[in-house]
Amino acid sequence: MRNTPHQLDDLDRKIIAATQNGLPLVPEPYEVVAHEVDAPVEEVRTRLRWMRDQGIIRRIGVVPNHYALGISANGMSVWDVRDDMIDELGRKVGELAFVSHCYSRPRHLPVWPYNLFAMVHGRKRTEVEEKAAIIADLLGEASTQHDILYSTRILKKTGLRIAA
Amino acid sequence: MTEITFDSKDRWIINSLQGGFGLGERPYRDAAEQFGLNETELIARLKRLIESRALSRFGPMYNAEKLGGAVTLCAIAVPEDRFDEVTEIVNAHREVAHNYARSHKLNMWFVLACEAPGEIAATIADIEAETGLEVYDFPKQQEFFIGLKVEA
Repeated sequence: MRNTPHQLDDLDRKIIAATQNGLPLVPEPYEVVAHEVDAPVEEVRTRLRWMRDQGIIRRIGVVPNHYALGISANGMSVWDVRDDMIDELGRKVGELAFVSHCYSRPRHLPVWPYNLFAMVHGRKRTEVEEKAAIIADLLGEASTQHDILYSTRILKKTGLRIAA
Repeated sequence: MTEITFDSKDRWIINSLQGGFGLGERPYRDAAEQFGLNETELIARLKRLIESRALSRFGPMYNAEKLGGAVTLCAIAVPEDRFDEVTEIVNAHREVAHNYARSHKLNMWFVLACEAPGEIAATIADIEAETGLEVYDFPKQQEFFIGLKVEA
């Protein structure tokens, strides 16, 4: 499923470039952004609101750094879930406090039988395994097999970058 | 890594302010109320949490796909003796945003972020040609809630 691309103009791109690394930590942050992009503050807030309503902005708030929070054993738990139950169960797994990302993705049989991916965070691998057991309970008989893939090395990591 | 110390109010902020920050004139003042803080106190706590790296940042999180781009997750089963060489080939593509070694037969997992949807297939085809290995494509079909709660 692809999302429909949105037509962004120069000012939108400037606003994104000015805010993608964070909002100014001052009482009137949008005034600072407006000054930076050289536009009236009302216009900046209207465009941010529009981007939020369109889902271009997922949300505005804190972005936790789980490595720095000591939650550094990250396991990609993957599950083979009955197709007719994946919407309902995926939502439930996504609501678990220790799951940060949760997606349904296609299987690649016979190499890859799993269709639900849930990133599980814990301080140690044993903690990740305990949490995966909670997911296993929640899925019950709807999932017959699963695996947990731990990251052994970060080979590359860059963030979203948009040029103004 | 040094342990970061934060109190129950910090934890409350980390857990409850992952979304919903306002677009009003004084958004920190508006958000501070729910935590029993004033504007200055909330700003000071956010600054401290960012400085101590408990938070990566504070602000809007953009959705790359809605910006007209396309994102997918890919995996390759790389023979151990070719791992470094294949890492170099894969990472050389600017479309590769993240790349992780993982414990599985499919031992290399990377995210492709392209500016246009058509570039995903082209990049995958290039990586397959350059490595001689099959790239498995795992585009997300549905996204369930994304967030992370820090336990008290």
